[in-house]
Amino acid sequence: MTLFDTLQTSLRTVISYRIRSVLIVLAMSLGVAAVVILTALGDGARNFVINQFSSIGTNLLVVLPGRAETTGSFPGAVLGQTPRDLTLHDAQLLGRLPQVKRYAPLSIGAAELSIPNRLREVTVLGSNADLIPIRHMKLAQGSFLQHGSGRSAQIVLGAKIANEFFPRIPAIGQHIRLGDSRFLVSGILAPQGESMGFNTDEIVIIPVDYAQVLFNTTSLFRILVEAKNHGQIESTKQAILAALKQSHDGENDSTVITQDAILATFDRILEALTLAVAGIAAISLIVAGILVMNVMLVAVNQRTAEIGLLKAIGATSMDIRRLFFTEAAWLSLVGALLGFIFGQLGSLLIRIAYPQLPAWAPVWASLAAIGIALFTGIAASTLPAVKASRLNPVTALGKK
Amino acid sequence: MIRLIDITRTFKMGEQTVLALNQINLNITSGEYVSIMGPSGSGKSTLLNIIGLLDQPDAGRYELDGKVVTELTEVEQAQIRREKIGFVFQSFHLIPRLTAAENIELPLTLDGVPVSERKIRVQNALQAFELEQRANHRPSELSGGQRQRVAIARATIMQPSVILADEPTGNLDHKIGAEVMVLLEKLQQHGTTLIMVTHDRELGARATRQIAMRDGKIISDQTHDPV
Repeated sequence: MTLFDTLQTSLRTVISYRIRSVLIVLAMSLGVAAVVILTALGDGARNFVINQFSSIGTNLLVVLPGRAETTGSFPGAVLGQTPRDLTLHDAQLLGRLPQVKRYAPLSIGAAELSIPNRLREVTVLGSNADLIPIRHMKLAQGSFLQHGSGRSAQIVLGAKIANEFFPRIPAIGQHIRLGDSRFLVSGILAPQGESMGFNTDEIVIIPVDYAQVLFNTTSLFRILVEAKNHGQIESTKQAILAALKQSHDGENDSTVITQDAILATFDRILEALTLAVAGIAAISLIVAGILVMNVMLVAVNQRTAEIGLLKAIGATSMDIRRLFFTEAAWLSLVGALLGFIFGQLGSLLIRIAYPQLPAWAPVWASLAAIGIALFTGIAASTLPAVKASRLNPVTALGKK
Repeated sequence: MIRLIDITRTFKMGEQTVLALNQINLNITSGEYVSIMGPSGSGKSTLLNIIGLLDQPDAGRYELDGKVVTELTEVEQAQIRREKIGFVFQSFHLIPRLTAAENIELPLTLDGVPVSERKIRVQNALQAFELEQRANHRPSELSGGQRQRVAIARATIMQPSVILADEPTGNLDHKIGAEVMVLLEKLQQHGTTLIMVTHDRELGARATRQIAMRDGKIISDQTHDPV
């Protein structure tokens, strides 16, 4: 019997036992769909976390002054030598590194913000125009600190501050007093709430030079650096440290924090979770496989006389084995493909219901689900197929 | 040409050993019309199964067309069943899921005959057995006589040299049974060996050679001139 005829004959058998086939295909497809949907959820959660991080910026490196390390008690340490500060000069130096896309110096302090009949103490951020893209902030109105306008006294207000100081008139273009200087309101931040430790709705941002003058300091609180791409984080970190070491007379006195370490941990946890869930779902596939075995055993019993006849008209044991084998293979294949489609539809529904959750089943999970379904289905049919092929034709024909 | 030498077949029934065939010696030449008669348990069906290579003897030698077939492998025996032997059963043994045409086509499919040739041969067989109108009907939609005609068409589609019929009219009424017999005898007249097992004396008497069996032995073997 040719392979094509075998496949065709067994497909016809599958179709003719309609209810049985539909049920077994359903069982198989539910197993596959479970794997696809659950891994889509797991991987979606993983990507959700990564997206949250990248909303802060996954390519972000934070440079801070000082260095936390244990050293021996040498004279310098005994003298309590303080680390060199980070300066605007350092920030500009980092901006020239080839791995660095952009940077934003950060100077932080508090000052009194006032207009006639309004007054409050606010957190002041001194930075440059690149702070917005680096921190993925959004402006509600106006413009941010203009590039190359470090000398003009502009101020960007947090959403809540703007609302409190100018509840009735447009804030843009108004003058406002911060400390002893007058600033022109150029933009208002979109409400964002808490992010990285402070509430951006209640801050004001001014050019970094003004901030340094205001706080009477030359040092920076942080330098935020964005690497050109994610793969270069580590080399960027090294380049920053080297540049700062050179600028600080060979002293290794800065620290660079990347988000990668934290992100990698989350990534591992959620990937393990996805795997565990996929494993649990895969059990249902094995159950489906056993179901296939049961159904095929029943089929052998049901079709005993038929097997006897096939032998009488010249089928070899191999032909019979292959017929039962391919029958199970069809059931598994259709179940697996249908399950894949169900799974994709399920994932789509999840994505529609929770748009922020990117519930896409990873390719490996879909392939593994289909593979396991086919494997268990076909493996489970081995026993029935062999049983069928070993039937004695005389007794088989005698059975009604 | 069928040659059985000292064929013995025993069955175990619980503790007892039943001697179904006891050193049978039998020669059947090509084109003969043989009926095997005897009461149930006389071994006539076992003899037919052994001739049809469905059953293996415990002892003895079976030559088919000069070839010792008792020593062949399972695959080789299946090939001989496919090519040289056609079975007709009392209960037809059609596959209920398949149409009449597909049931007839089955031996060709097993033999790996190309589809285009299969279609032609099946069409010819449907014509020869007057089943053209029933080609696409399932066995459940056919009458008993039609079912047996499909079964005979299936048995002959490979143009076997031997047709083995086990009570071919057992499930049919007298008139239809007679029609089926005419069909089988027509095949025999065209040169096919026809061996038929029956316990119907009248039916057995139609054969030119009549073998009677009892307790696993041939008790009489008579050849008559055709009626």
